[in-house]
Amino acid sequence: MEKAKRGKVVSYNKWGYFFLIPFVVVYAIFQLIPLVSTIYNSFFENYRSGLTQVGPNFIGLKNYMTLFTNGDLLSYTRNTMIMWILGFVPQILVSLLLGAWFSDPSLRLKFQRFFKTVIYLPNLIMASAFSMLFFTLFADSGPINSILISLGIFSAPYKFMSHVWSVRGLVALMNFIMWFGNTTILLMAGMMGIDPSLYEAAQVDGATATQIFYRITLPLLRPILLYVMITSLIGGLQMFDVPQILTNGTGDPVRSSMTLIMYLNKHLFSKNFGLGGALSVLLFIITGIFSLIVFKLNTSTEK
Amino acid sequence: MNTENKTSKGLPIGVRRAIAYIVLAIVSILCIIWFYILFINATRSKGELTRGFTPIPSTHLLENLRDGVFHGTQPFVRGMLNSLFVAGCSAALCTYFSTMTAYAIHVYDFKLKKFMSTFILAVMMIPTQVTALGFLQLVGRMKLEDNFIPLIIPAIAAPVTYFYMKQYMESTLPLSLIEAARIDGSGEFRTFNSIVLPLMKPAIAVQAIFTFVSSWNNYFTPALILHKDLMKTLPILIAQLRSADFLKFNMGHVYAAIAFSIFPVIVVYLILSKYIVGGTTLGGVKG
Repeated sequence: MEKAKRGKVVSYNKWGYFFLIPFVVVYAIFQLIPLVSTIYNSFFENYRSGLTQVGPNFIGLKNYMTLFTNGDLLSYTRNTMIMWILGFVPQILVSLLLGAWFSDPSLRLKFQRFFKTVIYLPNLIMASAFSMLFFTLFADSGPINSILISLGIFSAPYKFMSHVWSVRGLVALMNFIMWFGNTTILLMAGMMGIDPSLYEAAQVDGATATQIFYRITLPLLRPILLYVMITSLIGGLQMFDVPQILTNGTGDPVRSSMTLIMYLNKHLFSKNFGLGGALSVLLFIITGIFSLIVFKLNTSTEK
Repeated sequence: MNTENKTSKGLPIGVRRAIAYIVLAIVSILCIIWFYILFINATRSKGELTRGFTPIPSTHLLENLRDGVFHGTQPFVRGMLNSLFVAGCSAALCTYFSTMTAYAIHVYDFKLKKFMSTFILAVMMIPTQVTALGFLQLVGRMKLEDNFIPLIIPAIAAPVTYFYMKQYMESTLPLSLIEAARIDGSGEFRTFNSIVLPLMKPAIAVQAIFTFVSSWNNYFTPALILHKDLMKTLPILIAQLRSADFLKFNMGHVYAAIAFSIFPVIVVYLILSKYIVGGTTLGGVKG
């Protein structure tokens, strides 16, 4: 009996492999093989010029050289980062403020469920539809211009789509609206996790709410803030839907709102697999480094 | 942060509370006002729209929906059915198989366990865009362009959902329960399907919603794979509104089309918001 049971225990654990098969097979086919062939492609000259197909010819690291020397990569990285920062700074400030208020028992805010539901709502909206909506609302003859003119702020329609900073500002505004609710809820969860006796001790010592926020809440929230920042940065590097649809894929004016993934998308559509591959590999390395940091954070907080 | 009495320095509690309500009201308006304008404009005719904005809805909603969505130049109804199908299948496969993966790592002890769980965590944050090129070539070689399979099947391997399921199992699934099922003679696969899955229902519901929404909203990959009009999902059709010659459209129809793709999600969200807002704190890539 005993022996039979031990034999069974061993065979139970084999089931771990069976249950892992779907994940492993699908991940290998749809993620690992594409990754390998993306890297492979980055070493070849392979594009279409008009009707003639050039390559594939092995050219070593030349695609990477082209990427780094023609200047596009640098300016699109700059655009992506500018729009991310413009959206992220207000996002983190507003989220910290709202998170602190929501988690503050002495404030006893009412309608918390309602407010949380409302600020989280934009996160679930289809980014492409939201962007299209902003495009129509901020069009030259759109309702925002009509409201601004009737209020007497402008005398003629402001051409939002023709100015560098208004387009970037709109992209940042949309990212802000779509993500600050999510960040608020994450930060709030972190704030609820802080030991209340620390606050009580500070209170006894006569600290104000502001002092408590800066001296206790913020320092203890650092790991979560770092997590929020890096995941947001990874998301920012993937910025695509909003600027793509707002500018119809051109990144205009003068490609000042063209992001890295829009650039990649352009290569994918024109079947320039060499340069597209090199760009993908670069993005993979950058996001890989950031992912490792998130991974370290996750595994250290798990203990 | 905690109970503050009137003798301490800083603003009195009433003032702080008033400021909090004002700021909350402002950010709430900032979140909703766009959808309000969208709704108003979707109810107005072409002529009314050129006369500038008014905050009162008009009477042309059904007309705009009929001419812009149901009988318009773009197959929006078909697009919605396509989106529903893709998102529904993705959500079902993703939650079922992610639970299975989490179960494998949580319950069993095998040689590669440590390696697998570390591997899945490590690749969790890698975005799909960076492998899109190889993915596209693979799909081309498999002759799966204009097919929903490459949009649905990859959902089986979803590290973020796996991570959530694993966390949930650690807090709610006692190993003794599985032991008990074994003693009662239940096979491993049956134990998983008829005992573990029902226990995981709350987590599955949350993740099904999130997977559904992210598949529903996905634009990048479907736009690269789906080219035939009848296969396109809603985000692609919306993007086409933008790329078509914008000025020749009846704007009322454009607003109706956008409303058609946004409002169903809002309605479902308001019904399910209790689960969604609570379920956000784990995992997920942000923007």
